[in-house]
Amino acid sequence: MVEKVEDIEIRLLLEALYARYHYDFRGYAMASVKRRLRQALEQLAIPTISSLQERLLHDRDMLPQLLGYLTVQVSEMFRDPDYFRAIREQVIPHLRTYPSLKVWVAGCSHGEELYSLVILFREEGLEERTLFYATDISQEALQIAEAGVYPLDRMQLFTENHRRSGGKSSLSDYYQAAYGRVSFDRTLRRNVVFSDHSLVTDAVFGEMNLISCRNVLIYFDRTLQDRALGLFKDSLPRKGFLGLGAKESIRFSEHAGAFRDFVREEKIYQRIGA
Amino acid sequence: MSDVSPQAVVIGASAGALEALTTILPALPEDFPVPILLVVHIPGDKRSVLAELFRAKCRIKVLEVEDKEPLAAGTAYFAPPNYHLLVEANKTLSLSSDEPVMFSRPSIDVLFESAADAFGPALVGIVLTGANHDGARGLRAITDAGGQAIVQDPKTAFAAAMPEGAIARCPGARVMSLDAIAASLQKVVCA
Repeated sequence: MVEKVEDIEIRLLLEALYARYHYDFRGYAMASVKRRLRQALEQLAIPTISSLQERLLHDRDMLPQLLGYLTVQVSEMFRDPDYFRAIREQVIPHLRTYPSLKVWVAGCSHGEELYSLVILFREEGLEERTLFYATDISQEALQIAEAGVYPLDRMQLFTENHRRSGGKSSLSDYYQAAYGRVSFDRTLRRNVVFSDHSLVTDAVFGEMNLISCRNVLIYFDRTLQDRALGLFKDSLPRKGFLGLGAKESIRFSEHAGAFRDFVREEKIYQRIGA
Repeated sequence: MSDVSPQAVVIGASAGALEALTTILPALPEDFPVPILLVVHIPGDKRSVLAELFRAKCRIKVLEVEDKEPLAAGTAYFAPPNYHLLVEANKTLSLSSDEPVMFSRPSIDVLFESAADAFGPALVGIVLTGANHDGARGLRAITDAGGQAIVQDPKTAFAAAMPEGAIARCPGARVMSLDAIAASLQKVVCA
């Protein structure tokens, strides 16, 4: 079958993005990439992906804009409350037995999942002994995560999620509201390292007790998913935990054998062997 | 009408979906020759019971999609709540957490547009009852790619807005009652 013009353009654009700026989206799931690029063209009033490519190569300001379209997703604090309840009730009792802990939120985007975990660890009395790594490929996303500022109108949902996750405090204890936005308490960032890290091109950087990477792998194709799961496998000692998104699975991966189901319905896995 | 034999059916439904799909899905034989992909608007915070419910009623296999699921004939794939469902060029399914489209996640348009890209003319798109306009744009993408469009007759729909919107955007779509859709699906796919 002849490759469609749009598909050729997308392939070339992603090559250009990699060659010029070393951002590698070539192994992403293309259906979503295509949708986001179509959106970018429409909103930036650029006629074709080829002209977007020209702008990208010659105008540095285009890069953050394009990355914005390709990377950022809106999440929620305590998204899927049952996941966080399972972390609280089933994973935390194991983590409690370690004198110090490392938690990696991979693909942290705007930080909703990170703050959810920090608050949960504080509620469980484990924050003090835990170092959190929050990584993403987008500088812009990392800045937003580090700022910890969210629209006020999202708080009703976040608060309800937190309550349903078995929260032991009130979410409002952790933020201050002003001018339609809320700002999360800076002390929540005391033990957090924000860092630029790519699951596509970068390596293992430490031994973790828990890796939480939710709704990031869905944007990767199978090959890239295997690479990322390989990184997670190599970052976890025996009995280390991996939490994925509700509809993500290691079923189709070559690394499936390195993990066992720990809380099957919440996609929480535990490293075996090693 | 297209002379390409369809490789997949996509269905979008909203308000009144349960009853509408109960007329269509259980009527399909176990050896239905292509996969059926479905987006039904459901509240995002609930675990969906759609797959379980239809599994009990249908002869075809019924699944709620997990990311990177490969497509198989004789199987109905429901989009999970709170995710968009997309078809990749290699005919596997992927999910996305991108923002809702017209307040919906899953969105019918997102499924239909990606399926139109993946299957081109070898696709049948069906828009059923619903109280919004999701699906119209996606159905248009399917017909633009040479695929076939079927819309539930708005007069027979629990909520007419969605089929009306789809017909307005795709004037060439075939408009049918649910019973007629159920009866013709087998013929359409085997044509």
